Amino acid sequence: MQTVKILVFPGINREHDIAHAFTRIGNAKADFVWHKDSTIGKADMIVIPGGFSYGDYLRCGAMAANSPIIRDLKDQAAKGVPILGICNGFQILVETGLLAGALLRNNGLKFICKHVFMRAEGAADLFTANITKGDVLRVPIAHGEGNYYAAPDTVKHLNDSDLVAFRYCDANGAVTPESNPNGSVENIAGIFSDNRKILGMMPHPENAIDAFHGGTDGIRLFEGIAAALAA
Amino acid sequence: MKAYVHVYLKRAVLDPQGKAIAHALHELGYKDVKAARQGKMIELDIADGLNKEQAEESIRKMCEDLLANTVIEDYSITLEAA
Repeated sequence: MQTVKILVFPGINREHDIAHAFTRIGNAKADFVWHKDSTIGKADMIVIPGGFSYGDYLRCGAMAANSPIIRDLKDQAAKGVPILGICNGFQILVETGLLAGALLRNNGLKFICKHVFMRAEGAADLFTANITKGDVLRVPIAHGEGNYYAAPDTVKHLNDSDLVAFRYCDANGAVTPESNPNGSVENIAGIFSDNRKILGMMPHPENAIDAFHGGTDGIRLFEGIAAALAA
Repeated sequence: MKAYVHVYLKRAVLDPQGKAIAHALHELGYKDVKAARQGKMIELDIADGLNKEQAEESIRKMCEDLLANTVIEDYSITLEAA
């Protein structure tokens, strides 16, 4: 059985959602790791869930990115341990520098909580084993600062190296200004690290795995991750 | 010594809050405002014993480490003797 370690900071609120997704769909063991611990322990994947770590003080993810546990997170990342960051987890990963770019206030200034469509763009064996480039998934977003920004040369690098994981799109998979909920540059909703072992994304696939969630498209992502980790 | 650290979005980064502020000022009749940008100010009380150069160097490091995200933000430091 695979072990998923879920980092928990004060103010994180989706840790049980992601644990449920990994245990129910991924058939994995999910352990929580408190931010003050110094080691994460042996993990097949490390997950940083969504929420509002440290009340989003200073900048979203800035305080968490300087927590004691982050030193070990960086060590594990250097060793190639896979890392998934969702929403606040994505914000924390860009603040640590493990992923490129930054997440700014939504361009409409509103907190947005709704279902959106995202199109799979790049391939990373670990995360997209069950998803083909061009596939459209319907998943919820819930954020006030999800407006992905990176300098033009960074965006070019992401595009040229196929490191954009997902883009916001319409129901037919067309990437349009209208389907961009928050002003993200080139509709970017999620990206991979250069070595494709780290995925950060704003949408919440863990909240699209049950009929009562209003959709189950997230199941494919977790099935794919489980299969890749077990392989 | 007091230090005032101003952190603000880089010019190249769109600032929707600044735009909203400029819009609100126009609505109030302040037509002289051409644009607004919003940032934050962090006031630091620095322990005695550092001279100005040492304090500035230390604060610059604080900005790079935590206070600013240099992917999107610039900063400036103003020191004021106690």
